[in-house]
Amino acid sequence: MSAALLDVRGLNKSFGGIRATDNVDLTVRHGETHALIGPNGAGKTTLIAQLAGMVRPDSGHIRFAGRDITNLAPHARARLGMARSFQITSIFADMSVLDNTLLAVQAHAGHSYRFWRPVRGEARLTRPAMAALEQIGLAGKAAHGAGELSHGEHRQLEIAMALAGKSKLLLLDEPMAGMGAEESARMIDILKRLKAYKSMLLIEHDMDVVFALADRITVMVNGKTIASGAPEDIRADENVRRAYLGEETSGNA
Amino acid sequence: MEWILFVSQVLNGLQLGILLFLLAAGLTLVFGIMNFINLAHGSLYMMGAYFCVTLTSLLGSFPLAVLLSIPLTFVLGIAIERLVVRHLYQRDHLDQVLATFGLILFFNGAVHLLWGAEGNPIRLPDYLNGRVTLLAGIEIPAFRLAIIATGLMVAGGLIWLVGKTRMGMLIRAGASNRRMAGALGVDIKKLFTLVFALGAAMAGLAGMMIAPITEAYIGMGDDILIVALVVIIIGGIGSIRGAFVAALLVGMIDVMGRAYLDSFMKLFMNIQSAETASPALSAMAIYILMAGILYFRPRGLFPPKHR
Amino acid sequence: MIAVLLAFAVLPGVTAILEQPFLLDLALRIMILSCAAVSLNLILGYGGMISFGHAAYIGIGAYALGIPAYYGAYSGYLQLPLAIGAGALFALVTGFICLRTKGVYFIMITLAFAQMAYFAFVSIEEYGGDDGLVIDRRSTFTGIVDMEANLEFYYVTFAFLLGALFLVSRIVNARFGMVVQGAKSNEARMQSLGFDTFRYRLSCYVIAGAMAAAAGWLMGNYNYFFSPEMMSWTRSGELIFMVVLGGAGSLFGPVLGAVVLIILEEQLSGATVYWPLVLGAILVAVVIFARGGIDGAIAKLERRK
Repeated sequence: MSAALLDVRGLNKSFGGIRATDNVDLTVRHGETHALIGPNGAGKTTLIAQLAGMVRPDSGHIRFAGRDITNLAPHARARLGMARSFQITSIFADMSVLDNTLLAVQAHAGHSYRFWRPVRGEARLTRPAMAALEQIGLAGKAAHGAGELSHGEHRQLEIAMALAGKSKLLLLDEPMAGMGAEESARMIDILKRLKAYKSMLLIEHDMDVVFALADRITVMVNGKTIASGAPEDIRADENVRRAYLGEETSGNA
Repeated sequence: MEWILFVSQVLNGLQLGILLFLLAAGLTLVFGIMNFINLAHGSLYMMGAYFCVTLTSLLGSFPLAVLLSIPLTFVLGIAIERLVVRHLYQRDHLDQVLATFGLILFFNGAVHLLWGAEGNPIRLPDYLNGRVTLLAGIEIPAFRLAIIATGLMVAGGLIWLVGKTRMGMLIRAGASNRRMAGALGVDIKKLFTLVFALGAAMAGLAGMMIAPITEAYIGMGDDILIVALVVIIIGGIGSIRGAFVAALLVGMIDVMGRAYLDSFMKLFMNIQSAETASPALSAMAIYILMAGILYFRPRGLFPPKHR
Repeated sequence: MIAVLLAFAVLPGVTAILEQPFLLDLALRIMILSCAAVSLNLILGYGGMISFGHAAYIGIGAYALGIPAYYGAYSGYLQLPLAIGAGALFALVTGFICLRTKGVYFIMITLAFAQMAYFAFVSIEEYGGDDGLVIDRRSTFTGIVDMEANLEFYYVTFAFLLGALFLVSRIVNARFGMVVQGAKSNEARMQSLGFDTFRYRLSCYVIAGAMAAAAGWLMGNYNYFFSPEMMSWTRSGELIFMVVLGGAGSLFGPVLGAVVLIILEEQLSGATVYWPLVLGAILVAVVIFARGGIDGAIAKLERRK
């Protein structure tokens, strides 16, 4: 059993009277693909936001790669190896596609108090950036403005940026949101290839995708984790069925 | 005697605070509701003063002139909103800053053209020129009392308007959710014009009230605008309550600082250093206050809740 | 754009021939303010930090020249580093507070701090207070250049402008510049990539402050004079206009903007004493109708070809 890369204990977050995160425990092991599922409003994105450091939990602990990161700033967590893609595309729209990935590489290539050498001349940066784009299939559009891409390509760029840094853990928030069938299929391929050498925490709605990719699944409803374990166990879990599928359906998974 | 001087300074601070509030309230309302930063607010302060100058000499009565200048400034506010401001709601803050900066130049030039380069005094009626005795034998200038009273009345009226009337409810609805209010049938355009003009009128009133003391002069609104900005930053942009508290705070600190800082400093440094440093420090006092507050509360004392 | 620089380079020769020394003066003013505008463009155009208090640094640079001069210390080797250092320090301290805020707050706070500096200097009677002071000698750089000689001073200023442009062009394309531009484009994303955006922006802010202070040092030398007026917020507004007019985020934009704005001001103030009225109206019209500035307009024209 591999050690825990990410270990969340007793995380709580309330907004006003609403408990967005209710005593959540979660572990992601080294090398595993862990899916986080749940109905809309379950608090998944809020949880990711707390893991990434954009939102401060009210109480609880987060350990990453052996360190307590509960109070660490977002950029410090990224430097430790946590990479994140956003559910609502968050790229640098006014910069080129290559520059977008370049920045992701640059973040992990030492400090940026360099004022002299043009960044696009640094092979140390451009090579990994192009490599990430090739993996994702966007190499052809490297020179295009990122704002000009289609929605599906945006989502791909998001992943490319998460890849380009030397990350230990990928937090992927609905990577296929808004994609058509063909684009989704391509994305699933990419994710399958990533599975081999990256640890991932993946928020996803498409159950087929989840069951195809995930090593373990955690289910969240109303801010709480109601089940966590291997896909077969989750499929059979009564609580999950009831919460997810409601009282109406009886039996069919 | 020291005591009387102290009370006098407190009232001074109160007066400045009230004037700042009149200026700041409009500024913060316009920003809070229309997300519009209006640097030319100080020009409306100036125009109010100049309208009053002309009307006082025409009508021979300062109070009457004030009564008429207020609606006049209100109308000027409407004009500015429709001609210039309206086109800038969708633009980013930088554009708004630049455009209203242009307006400042425009109004300074216009005032020069219409009223000349010299300062324009306003004559107060005799009953406002004297001194009034409050309790314990403390005397204050009657006009200062009038300013404070008027200011408090307007402040009260504003709070009543925004908090208790239907109009105020519409304003608050527009502030918290513009699109929803529009969808519910509130005429957003008219609402915005109204809010802008209301702010203009209050700014003009402040100008009118200070003019008998300082004269109306070109650019009189430029420096006090910055102080008003400091006030709304400290108070929290968009919050009237914040503007009120911050205005009084800033007014007090500015006046008290200028009055007492050098004596305070002489307590622990030699007279010469104190006398060189204290004017500079008291001029900087309100900005140091602002910096301090921002360090702990980057969004001011009473930041309004998110839209 | 290169044409403009070439024009500046040969101007002294031209004006001598045409016997219009006034043009030289005008060009000097434009070049000095261009330096300041170029530094503002670094943080505003490329960095998205809308500082409405940039003129404070011009004033600081001028005072760093004037105060030592007042005490008889005319050496440029003292004054210039002092100017740059003072500008950098003021930027560091105020930037540390300002950059914790965003958007409108940032604009207003930079404005407030500049005003604070303005009032601080106004109240120091010793150095002229409101009226400022005259300097009897420009900075001396014995053995290297004689700043009193107008021609030499012209080329020193020209060198500074070239230096500023060169510096900004290198910074912008290097790693540092990429971080600053990325932070302008999407700060949250930059942080989640691993960049401490606060530190980089603050550094950028300090660099710009130091550059603008150098411009102020030039300005004080040019005028033989320094006063708080140089740091008034109307000056800061003019600087922003130069950057925006010329096209924020383009390298030469601020220079173009300075040329246009200063020539416009010259023409208008010569034409009528009520020039703020006209200039103000023009500025309002430009903002409402002409987005993207001159550079943007030129780009649009080029696209149409």
